[in-house]
Amino acid sequence: MPAGGQGNLFETEPFPKAAHRELGNTQMRKNLRHATHTIRDKRLKVVGELPDWEALRDAGSTIKNNSMATLEERLLEFEKNFTARGGVVHWARDADEANKIVTELVKATGSQEVVKVKSMATQEIGLNEHLEAEGIDAFETDLAELIVQLGHDKPSHILVPAIHKNRTEVRDIFLSQMPVVDPNLTDEPAKLAEAARAHLRKKFLAAKVAISGANFALADTGTLGVVESEGNGRMCLTLPETLITVMGIEKVLPHWEDVEVFMQLLPRSSTGERMNPYTSLWTGVTEDDGPQNVHIVLLDNGRTRALADRFGRSALNCIRCSACMNVCPVYERTGGHAYGSTYPGPIGAILSPLLTGIEVEENGSLPYASSLCGACYEACPVKINIPEILVHLRGDDVDAKREKHKLPTQMDLLMKGGSWALGKGKNIGLLEKALPLGRLAAGKDKKIKKLPGIAAGWTQSRDIPAPPNKSFRDWWSDEKESM
Amino acid sequence: MSAKDEILSRIRSALADTPATEEVPREYRTTSDMNEEQLIELLVDRLVDYKAGVEVIEAAQIPEFVAAKLKDAASVVYPQGLDTAWLSALGQNVEQRVDAPGARLSVAELDATSAVVTSSAVSVAESGTIILDGQPDQGRRAISLVPDHHLCIVPISTIVQLLPEAMPRLSITRPLTWISGPSATSDIELERVEGVHGPRTLDVLMVRGL
Ligand code: SF4
Repeated sequence: MPAGGQGNLFETEPFPKAAHRELGNTQMRKNLRHATHTIRDKRLKVVGELPDWEALRDAGSTIKNNSMATLEERLLEFEKNFTARGGVVHWARDADEANKIVTELVKATGSQEVVKVKSMATQEIGLNEHLEAEGIDAFETDLAELIVQLGHDKPSHILVPAIHKNRTEVRDIFLSQMPVVDPNLTDEPAKLAEAARAHLRKKFLAAKVAISGANFALADTGTLGVVESEGNGRMCLTLPETLITVMGIEKVLPHWEDVEVFMQLLPRSSTGERMNPYTSLWTGVTEDDGPQNVHIVLLDNGRTRALADRFGRSALNCIRCSACMNVCPVYERTGGHAYGSTYPGPIGAILSPLLTGIEVEENGSLPYASSLCGACYEACPVKINIPEILVHLRGDDVDAKREKHKLPTQMDLLMKGGSWALGKGKNIGLLEKALPLGRLAAGKDKKIKKLPGIAAGWTQSRDIPAPPNKSFRDWWSDEKESM
Repeated sequence: MSAKDEILSRIRSALADTPATEEVPREYRTTSDMNEEQLIELLVDRLVDYKAGVEVIEAAQIPEFVAAKLKDAASVVYPQGLDTAWLSALGQNVEQRVDAPGARLSVAELDATSAVVTSSAVSVAESGTIILDGQPDQGRRAISLVPDHHLCIVPISTIVQLLPEAMPRLSITRPLTWISGPSATSDIELERVEGVHGPRTLDVLMVRGL
């Protein structure tokens, strides 16, 4: 089994615990509810405009499956073409190695600071913290990332990372953290965007080094692509002398023409727009245009581990559109912070444990962070069957724990109990006889606040109504007698 | 073992079950049957939705419209390959700067320039996307990025309906910039604000007979 990923891929605390705390954050829940509902309504509208949406999903999903099935070949082809056009390719086994490569590249330029365009890969490996420790300042330039960075906070959504902050909070962060800012700054979004523009303009114009992620890499041309809205991406990709891109190895697509599929699927699934304002594509170095010193770091960090899981490998097809989190009832209530990892929501619940390995204690609870309602699967533009993978990972988790304890765990017993109860009508009847006992467990308000053992997790963040004083079976037979 | 060799060997062992590849079903739309007027109408609708300024004009009207759109600009930059006749009606008060190979404007000079005029390679009506591919009449990427006002010429003959129709017309070895803008953000409470780091104003002249 290939090595697991490291970096920001772990639950910082078990999901039930984090979720319990986050549920108390009513502001965040309100913002999030508004955001997820707005984006998903927009998404439905623009997706409905395309008569061939399902055909695009089929193409997208097959292209990705093929890419993963021939990954070695694709990566080598990409390397050959990118290199032939003047780019330099680096390979990184894990977060540590990637951070070291980037740091050395930055140091070689003699620069003490870098501008960055939003990149989940660099967030995954904790690049900013690493650079800081090495005396290099990394400036996030995406408005939301800037808010998160200045607020010493963490992103909570992969598309709108600062969605848990409202305008007044953003203004307060800007006022206290920007070195030069109009003290009369209002909380109008247009004014706040202008403040961000002024704050970053000098940085863009003077930057010698930029760091980006990539939405895709094309094997047959050696091209990289970045999809964005604000123009900070274009600034980073165009003005500095050195451009360093950090990209997961799963982002490679076989052919140039595959772009036509993903550029229809991604913006509509993601922001609910027909197209994002800006997309940049570059192939190595172009003489006289843009950075002349161009690098890419191809990152494994657990991706080969996920690839080895034949039920889970399709999680690597994810194009990070965030549609699954916008429709997820669990995410809507807990928000992104509860997942701990860089990748929140339904995709995070499978991707993080696949990258690190489910037997890693810190990710054992993520596959349970779902009601298995299937909304994510329906929304996913590349048809990742998230519920199926969740169930498969739950099975792996139970196996891993059994392996460790060698004794039947509470979960095993519960499962056994379940099959005993459901196996025979008589058995469930016996169980139901015990219902009045449940009423004793409930308090005066007729709610059970705490269940014992492993089931306690269920009651940590919610109350269960007390069972009725009579089972349906008993009620039925009583009724029949009196009929 | 080098990192590269190790990653490749991990991939090989991860794929030891040799998953099958399948023919990609490309049943999505790749050709349209829209006529020119329908294409114009669709592209105008999309661009207006993005808050771009749009005019549909004849080739002979280009100088007049360029001058009208840039009447408040102090200076304008254009790529060397642009037809300079297009700028012929610009007032004396608008300083003209050419960006040419071997005579590039610095980033600071671009920052001090109010507007930029470029042509474009292909436009996709369905998504409202204008694509620049760095040909001499479009110039290098920085000139259409740093000035705050971008005036873009779209020859109507270069408009297609669907993205798959645009792809074969692009030369991928040049850097591409796809613009469905102006620059915008929705990061604060999802309220859309036009203009952050890219040009805050995008004006499009859709030209017949070019
Ligand atoms: S799993 Fe699917 S829906 Fe979720 S972010 Fe990835 S591509 Fe989008």
